[in-house]
Amino acid sequence: MPLLEIKNAKLKLDDKDILKGLSLSVNSGEVHAIMGPNGSGKSTLSYMLAGRDGYELESGEVFLEGQSLSDMEADKRARSGLFLAFQYPVELPGVGGMSFLREAVNSRRKFLGEEELDHLAFVKEARKVASKMFVKDEMLKRAVNVGFSGGEKKRFEILQMAMLMPKVSILDETDSGLDVDALKIVSDGVNEQRNEENAIVVITHYQRLLDYIVPDFVHILSDGNIIKSGGPELALEVEKNGYVGLINAA
Amino acid sequence: MVATQETIDKVKEVSSTYKYGFVTDLEAEKAPLGLSEDIVKFISHKKKEPKWLLEWRLKAYKKWLSMEAPNWAMVDFPKINFQDIYYYSAPKTKPKLNSLDEVDPELLRTYEKLGIPIKEQEVLAGVAVDYVFDSVSVATTFREKLAEEGIIFCPISEAVQSHPDLVKKYIGSVIPISDNYYAALNSAVFTDGSFVYIPKGVKCPMELSTYFRINEQNSGQFERTLIIAEDNTYVSYLEGCTAPQRDENQLHAAVVELVAMNNAEIKYSTVQNWYPGDKDGRGGIYNFVTKRGNCLGKKSKISWTQVETGSAITWKYPSCVLKGDDSVGEFYSVAVANNAQQADTGTKMIHIGKNTKSTIISKGISAGKAQNTYRGQVQIQKNAKGSRNFTQCDSLLIGDKCGAHTVPYINQFTPHARVEHEATTSKISEDQLFYCLQRGLDTEQATSLIVNGFCKEVMKELPMEFAVEAQKLIGISLEGSVG
Ligand SMILES: Nc1ncnc2c1ncn2[C@@H]1O[C@H](COP(=O)(O)OP(=O)(O)OP(=O)(O)O)[C@@H](O)[C@H]1O
Ligand SMILES: [Mg+2]
Repeated sequence: MPLLEIKNAKLKLDDKDILKGLSLSVNSGEVHAIMGPNGSGKSTLSYMLAGRDGYELESGEVFLEGQSLSDMEADKRARSGLFLAFQYPVELPGVGGMSFLREAVNSRRKFLGEEELDHLAFVKEARKVASKMFVKDEMLKRAVNVGFSGGEKKRFEILQMAMLMPKVSILDETDSGLDVDALKIVSDGVNEQRNEENAIVVITHYQRLLDYIVPDFVHILSDGNIIKSGGPELALEVEKNGYVGLINAA
Repeated sequence: MVATQETIDKVKEVSSTYKYGFVTDLEAEKAPLGLSEDIVKFISHKKKEPKWLLEWRLKAYKKWLSMEAPNWAMVDFPKINFQDIYYYSAPKTKPKLNSLDEVDPELLRTYEKLGIPIKEQEVLAGVAVDYVFDSVSVATTFREKLAEEGIIFCPISEAVQSHPDLVKKYIGSVIPISDNYYAALNSAVFTDGSFVYIPKGVKCPMELSTYFRINEQNSGQFERTLIIAEDNTYVSYLEGCTAPQRDENQLHAAVVELVAMNNAEIKYSTVQNWYPGDKDGRGGIYNFVTKRGNCLGKKSKISWTQVETGSAITWKYPSCVLKGDDSVGEFYSVAVANNAQQADTGTKMIHIGKNTKSTIISKGISAGKAQNTYRGQVQIQKNAKGSRNFTQCDSLLIGDKCGAHTVPYINQFTPHARVEHEATTSKISEDQLFYCLQRGLDTEQATSLIVNGFCKEVMKELPMEFAVEAQKLIGISLEGSVG
């Protein structure tokens, strides 16, 4: 049974067809990369998967570990192990990073039937993970994403991923806005979490990221559908010829 | 503890031979319905007050008769019939329930969420209890400790007996009986409240909380508090309770007066959570409060911090009169209005002395059909050269049926001063909610977190243990307002 299965997903936004019958199957232990031109529907796909209001499917279905997501609210999906690293992480003024993370982690633990972490245990754990990601303690004390640089926001997303230990992670352009060093750090962070029990879907425009996070499969998304799938070599082809050649060939 | 006090009172009553020539039955437990000169006399007699206080009350009553209820606030409610209120009742007439089973389950659910122990729940909900509270012994040691420092902390009715000179000197000195309609009414009929006196040079070693005000009777709807801080002192006073309290009185009109001498600092924190009424506002408390502090001394400081989540109607403007040179006034406020609640609250900062400073941080949260108004006045008088004010008013709207209003008045009579005003209105964005949900928080957790983030600057002014409870409280008062 795939960890994540998307079957013939169709979705409209404001009467405009955005996803046009997309299907994708992701097994545990796999990393999939999705590439595609601006406006092809990549973020829409990730919002749909995460259960954002207004991104309900018109037809088709999605399964997480065999369970249909159609009647599952966004928060329940998250607690069940679906994680989305946002393309544009949202600022939460006044909400301390540490307390935000703790509520998130404890919601997930509660769902898994694990004991909630008390303040001290949590802080210890968060510091440990943060230091691996080269995230300064000081950043955890600040309000979530407020005044963070573009790169800091992305790093904080991956820190959250590491704390939540999701089953399926969708990383929406996590590489954009990162300098070379940060790209390496973030990729290392992601790679460290790769295991046989989970799966990762990376959305990116750049082949460069895939040098660090080597995918098992690459898919090209164009105009609301996957028009081509292949191995890592497909990303190199995109890099060389651009999307146009691929789209025309398809 | 209630029983003991009652016994003492009974004994006092029986031994009292003093008779007044008026018609009301002096031995009654409860004054008859309505308000008249006789009722004012009855209250004063019940409290065995000196003549000057009775006269002061009567003067206030006469003044009140000549006044009109204010109608400038942005609140809307049926006219109050002042003849349909009981102005005095002995504590034991308060109806008691037999067990928590008889208490509104909604109220119990809230107690549980706040983590209030069963015994305290019973007290709060008005269940008859026959055991002695643990808090009595705690309170006694507490009081002894304060006495060692020379601090007086007692019910004001007791202070009238034990320290009449102090009470006489300061009562009405900050808020004169003619100040406003509800202050005049309070002066005529107040039943009890707190009295605090900090002698010269003493820094009060603990937070003074109404919770520890032992020998407390039912202070009732017309509470009166007076705090005096002499030269070089510090005191922090906590009023209220995060747990929603049952109260059969609909109208509450309290008066709080603070006096700070040279280099004295008074920090006054309030959490107000009176019953807000049902979804349509039926049955909620009307809270019409007058609070003011006089910074009389040089370098004195008064700060008001309030978290207002309860009451159907709140009409409240804790203020500072900055007379002493270099004195400081602060106002930190969170006002939450949900469903049909109406809040009109803010502050006045009156700069009289030189180099006086004031800071106003107001956070208004509206949800449901609620209306939330900030009303503030900053006045810089002619001699207040070098004075500064900074005001920040932020409003947060949840949903699209509620309203937020900001009404700032600025009167500046000298060019040698600086007044700054900033105001923002925001909504909890769909983006923010989704971000939180995606991390596994449910809608209520998310709202509570975002709202508490919005209030952070004010919450950090609250004493620690109060802040934690107040945070939970804000979350609870907004339940069901999103999604
Ligand atoms: N609320 C909306 N109503 C109508 N169209 C929308 C709405 N939101 C997004 N779109 C459109 O849907 C299409 C897909 O957008 P999406 O954000 O998913 O693209 P993307 O592949 O993530 O692009 P990028 O690479 O720039 O991040 C775009 O054409 C966009 O304009
Ligand atoms: Mg996108």
